[in-house]
Amino acid sequence: MTAKLLDVSSLTIAFPRGTPVADFGFAIGEGETVAVVGESGSGKSLTALAIMRLLPRTARIASGSIGFRGRDLLALPEPDMRKVRGREIAMIFQEPMTSLNPVLTVGKQIAEVLRLHEGLSAEAARKRSIELLDLVRVADPHLRVDDFPHRLSGGMRQRVMIAMAVACRPKLLIADEPTTALDVTIQAQVLDLLDRLRRELGMALMLITHDLGIVGQWADRVVVLYAGRGAEEADAGPLLEDPLHPYTKGLLAASPRLDARLHYTAGALREIPGSIATAQREPGCPFVPRCAMALPSCRISPPPLEEIRPRRLLACPPTAAQEQANASAVGR
Amino acid sequence: MLENRRLLRVLRRTVLQAVPTILGIIILNFLLLKLAPGDAADVMAGEFGAATEETMAMLRQRFGLDVPVLQQLLAYLSNLAQFSLGQSPRYGVPVSELIGQRLPSTLMLMVMALAIAFGLGIALGTAMALTAGRWPDRVLSLVSLFFYSVPGFWIGLMLIVLFSVKLNWLPSGGQETIGAGLTGLDYALDRLKHMILPATSLALFYVAIYGRLTRAAVLEVSSQDYVRTAAAKGLPPLAITLRHVIRNALLPVTTLAGIHLGGILGGAVVIETVYSWPGLGRLAFESVTRRDFNVLLGVLLLSSFLVIIANTLVDLLHAWLDPRVEVR
Ligand SMILES: Nc1ncnc2c1ncn2[C@@H]1O[C@H](COP(=O)(O)OP(=O)(O)OP(=O)(O)O)[C@@H](O)[C@H]1O
Ligand SMILES: [Mg+2]
Repeated sequence: MTAKLLDVSSLTIAFPRGTPVADFGFAIGEGETVAVVGESGSGKSLTALAIMRLLPRTARIASGSIGFRGRDLLALPEPDMRKVRGREIAMIFQEPMTSLNPVLTVGKQIAEVLRLHEGLSAEAARKRSIELLDLVRVADPHLRVDDFPHRLSGGMRQRVMIAMAVACRPKLLIADEPTTALDVTIQAQVLDLLDRLRRELGMALMLITHDLGIVGQWADRVVVLYAGRGAEEADAGPLLEDPLHPYTKGLLAASPRLDARLHYTAGALREIPGSIATAQREPGCPFVPRCAMALPSCRISPPPLEEIRPRRLLACPPTAAQEQANASAVGR
Repeated sequence: MLENRRLLRVLRRTVLQAVPTILGIIILNFLLLKLAPGDAADVMAGEFGAATEETMAMLRQRFGLDVPVLQQLLAYLSNLAQFSLGQSPRYGVPVSELIGQRLPSTLMLMVMALAIAFGLGIALGTAMALTAGRWPDRVLSLVSLFFYSVPGFWIGLMLIVLFSVKLNWLPSGGQETIGAGLTGLDYALDRLKHMILPATSLALFYVAIYGRLTRAAVLEVSSQDYVRTAAAKGLPPLAITLRHVIRNALLPVTTLAGIHLGGILGGAVVIETVYSWPGLGRLAFESVTRRDFNVLLGVLLLSSFLVIIANTLVDLLHAWLDPRVEVR
C-alpha cells in the first residue's frame, strides 16, 4: 500500500435514536480501490456521507476523525470543506434516475462544478463538459450536452454523474452502489469505466457495494461492515479465497458467482435467526444473534478490528484464536 | 431550436383549446344576463322619473332590445364576428372605447399585484422552508395565515389608514395626482406611488397562498437526491437554493398562478372601488347597476380573454421551467 490518502478512524455516527455506525475505521491509499461491503442498513452510505460531511441534519458525529491529505475533515470549517467537495473528493450515488436535476441540461450540471472550482467561463466549461461526456463514453457528446436528464437511460445518467464527479480530477471518488440500479451488462460497463478513469486520472476509489461478486474483479482491498462496525479487512484476493469472519463467510456463500468455490450452502444466512436491525442493541459482538460459533465471551463487548497477520484485520476473537493455533501448528 | 419547437407546440395546443372556451363563455354570459330582471331602458326610465309606453318601446327598439333573445344573441355574435362589441346604450359610445379607456389601468394593477404576490410569496415561502420548525417559520406562518383570512377590502382600508392618513406616505386613491402636470420620470413615480397600496391589498391574499405553496414545495424539493448531488459538488447553500431548489419548487406554484388570475380580476372590482381606481372592475360594477349589458358583456368577454392569455403565458412559463412538459 502506498501513502494513506484517506484515514477514517473510530468513526461513530449517532442519531437521536441509535448509533448506526460505531467505532469504524479503515484507510484508502493513493490510487487504490477499496470496496466497502455490507448488507443493506449496515451504514455504508452514512460512512460515505460522513466523509463528505453531508450527513442528514439529525445525525451527529459522536467521535472519530477523518484524515485526508494531512487534514482532519471533521475539523475543517464549512467553507473549506466546500472546496474539498467536488474538487478533491467527489461522490456518485446509487440512484442515477433521481440524482440529476430534472430542469437543467446535463451540460449545465457538469459545467456547474467546473465553473465553481476551476473558475472556467461558461463557454470553456461547456467545451470541457463535452470532452468529459466523451471521456465517459457517451455517444454524440456535443448533442447530449444539451439534453435534459429525462431523455437519458439509467446507464447514461450514471455516466453523466461520473463525468460530473471526475470533472475536477478529484483525488478520491466515492461511488455509493453505483451499479445497483442498473442491469448486469451495464453494471460491468460502468465499473470498467470507473476503473479506467481511476487509472487515467490517478484517483483512489471507494467502491460501496453489497455485492461481493464485483469485489474480486475491481477492488484492491475490502472492508466488510456489519451493523456499523468493521468485521474484517483484507486484500481482495485473500479475503475471497479465505474469508475468516463468520459474516464474511455467510456473505460469500450467498453470493451466486462465487458459491461454486465454497462449501457453504447458499442461503445459510437465512437460517440464522435475527436481522441487522436487532443487532444494534446487543452489548457484545453485533453478529452474535446470527452467529453459529458464538461464545459467551462474545456477548460482553464488541470486538475491535485487530491485525492478526500482515494486511489482514479481523474482529472475531474466537476465529483469531483458532487462526493463531493453526499458524503455530504449521510453524512447529 | 428543439426547445423553441416544444414551446410552440405547447402554445398551439393552448390556443386551440381556448376558442371553444371563449365561445361558450360568450353565449353563457349573454343568456345569464338576459335572465336578470330589468334592462337599460327600465333604468333610464327610472332616472327620468317617468316614461310613457311609447318612449320605452322606442328606447328598446333603438337598443335592439325589442326582438326575441335568440335573435339578440345572433345579432351580438355577428357584431363580434366583425370585431365590434356593440354600443353602450347608456353613453352612446362604442363599448370598445369605454373598455379601452379602462383596460390599461386594470392591467397595470393586475400585473403589479401578481408580481407582488409572486415575488413576496416565493420569498416568504422559501424563508419559511429554510427555517422550518424554528421561530422565523412560526412567525411568518402566522403572518401568512392573517393575510389569508382577512378580506381584501379591509386590508385596503387599513393600509389607507396607516400609510395615507397616519404616515402620509402614499396617496389614498386615484391613479395619478390630478392637475400636477408631471412628466417623464416624475410622472412614472407618481403613478407607481398610487399603485402600491391597491396592488398590495389585492396581492396579500395570494402572497399567503403562494407562501404556503412555496414552503411545502421547497421542503419537498430539498430532500430530493439531486439537491444532495448539488451539495456534493461543493456548491454553497445559496447557490443550491437558487439553482436547484427554487426552480423545481416553482413548478407547482406556477401551475396555480393561472387559476388564480380570474380571482385576482374579481378581487379588482372591490379594490378598485375602495381606491377609486378607474379600471375595468369599477366599469363592470357600474354597468351592472345601470343594466348596461353591452358594456358588461364586453368586460366579461375581455376578462375571459385576459384569463386565457394569462393561462397561456403560465403554460408557456411552466413548459419553459420544466423540460419534461410535452404535448399530450
Ligand atoms: N436520516 C436517518 N435517521 C435515522 N436513522 C437513519 C437515517 N439514515 C440512516 N439511518 C440508519 O442508519 C442505518 C444505516 O444506513 P445506511 O444508509 O448507511 O445503510 P447502507 O449500508 O447504505 O444500506 P443500503 O445498502 O440499503 O444503501 C440504517 O439502518 C438506518 O437505521
Ligand atoms: Mg446506501
